[in-house]
Amino acid sequence: MKIIVCIKQVPDTKGGVKFNPDGTLDRGAMLAIMNPDDKAGLEAALRLKDQYGAEVTVLTMGLPKAADVLREAIAMGADKGILVTDRVLGGADTWATSTTIAGAIRNLEYDLIITGRQAIDGDTAQVGPQIAEHLGIPVISYAQAITVDGNKVTVQRQYDDRYHILEAQMPCLITALSELNEPRYMTPGGIFDACAAEITTWGRADLKDVDDSNIGLAGSPTKIAKASDKVRKGAGEKVVPDSPEDAVSYIVGKLQEKHVI
Amino acid sequence: MNLEEYKGVYVFAQQVDNEISSIAFELLGKAKQLAGDLKEEVTAVLLGSGIKNLADQLAEYGADKVIVVDDPELKDYRTEPYAHALAEVINKYKPEIMLVGATAIGRDLGPTVSARVATGLTADCTQLDIGDFPLTPVPGKEAEQKHNQLLMTRPAFGGNTIATIACPNNRPQMATVRPGVMQKIEPVKGAKAVIEEFNPGFTPNNRYVTIKDVVKAVTDTVDIMDAKILVSGGRGVGTPENFKILEDLAAVLGGTVSCSRAVVDAGWKPKDLQVGQTGKTVRPHVYFAIGISGAIQHVAGMEESDIIVAINKDEDAPIFDVADYGIVGDLNKIVPQLTESLKAAIAAK
Repeated sequence: MKIIVCIKQVPDTKGGVKFNPDGTLDRGAMLAIMNPDDKAGLEAALRLKDQYGAEVTVLTMGLPKAADVLREAIAMGADKGILVTDRVLGGADTWATSTTIAGAIRNLEYDLIITGRQAIDGDTAQVGPQIAEHLGIPVISYAQAITVDGNKVTVQRQYDDRYHILEAQMPCLITALSELNEPRYMTPGGIFDACAAEITTWGRADLKDVDDSNIGLAGSPTKIAKASDKVRKGAGEKVVPDSPEDAVSYIVGKLQEKHVI
Repeated sequence: MNLEEYKGVYVFAQQVDNEISSIAFELLGKAKQLAGDLKEEVTAVLLGSGIKNLADQLAEYGADKVIVVDDPELKDYRTEPYAHALAEVINKYKPEIMLVGATAIGRDLGPTVSARVATGLTADCTQLDIGDFPLTPVPGKEAEQKHNQLLMTRPAFGGNTIATIACPNNRPQMATVRPGVMQKIEPVKGAKAVIEEFNPGFTPNNRYVTIKDVVKAVTDTVDIMDAKILVSGGRGVGTPENFKILEDLAAVLGGTVSCSRAVVDAGWKPKDLQVGQTGKTVRPHVYFAIGISGAIQHVAGMEESDIIVAINKDEDAPIFDVADYGIVGDLNKIVPQLTESLKAAIAAK
């Protein structure tokens, strides 16, 4: 079985977002990590590899430094890494990103493509289903569990108040939720392999069946009219009461003041 | 693509088990405003099996026209027959604007359909307006500024930044809209819409998946999006059993318990109680954040609450940056005493 896992390098927002003195986000001070939902997708692929045997290829689109997350994935157990990077691909919205990634995937053989549900920077959840659409394969979003039987894949698909057990013919694309599993750590041997591993780098010329009008900033149907840092409601009062009794009378007082009780 | 051919504000009227989802009415409320600005009509697109009788409800909430695609293939949501139906509606009727709820269904359907009809899609919008793009004309290129564009505003980066996005050269202009944000109109009893039945035909192919089973969560709790008072717990609550003290507090105030993502990830509480970017957006009258550190993804889902009370032992917890009343202390001591004290205060009235 051949599995492609699409991953993205994102700034870490966990454990404290860093701000500049003017209140804007200090992206430079934040670590770049593998997007959590993507990491769960990778773990799902590695479990299928452990169970049934599979070749796992990780693919990312981004700046050259995004190769770091490919090496991390290889250190966890992925077999190959492909970096899609080119100046002309920059500024892509989800449409242009998905046409680009689909163009890269057309060069590869696969039974299963796994992406994270959404990345923590954009939070759109659009690129996975859009890749499936461009490739003409079924998509199952929001996967909570994945099993494979022959050329069929069975997925527990989450909804708000229920889940569906879905069965699809492979090839198929699945988007993974981070609650799917607990990703494994890199192994010392894996880290050694990852340092030695050769990362395949593809540019615009390597994309198959992709028109110039569908890539990068110019090929993005959506355009940013305005972007700004969110104006947050400021902090209110903060008290450090001497005792639980003081804390309680403070809260009760405020709730009475506001006519909650 | 002749943009002029595309007219009208369309809404995907999501239904589950032949019951229209609240988001459909919210979208109609917003669509009515947008259509008013554009002097156009509001059309609801209703997909399902045996759902024709639901069209009148959509009329009461503001639809001028309802396009009904009623087919057994559309009984339960599956990406392909739904995407086929909605894409064919778009191809035939050519809407200027197509709104879809940013639900577990809409966030799958929206991207698939937008890719199929080759247009842009803006995710998880919290504000929609009609305006100019660019917002101010480029000097010397005033004639190139486009008017009557859909301006779609959404938070990104877990709510730390907001962006306003347009889709000037493709139609329809598509957006998914976060549930719980747009306002429904007061339903107009007896209102009628023009009903149009349409069936594009369904031929199962490799993209049709099979539903082997539907497992509904057993829940008798209030939807946290409708609660006036939420008592929300985070990992700091310590154990699933310790949520009892939050439930007691909620009971005294007639509120409901909700939680952070960490609690769902730990398996302490079901997903439908989760507040935040990947959970639900709530705006209760009072939100108690108890043992919740306040990651931006959580804050994005509750910061519009009228009154936020936070209890946390870590005085540097970011939740205090959004709390109206922040109390640094031990929730295990404070919460039970608060419950008793409120009980006494309410009894004394």
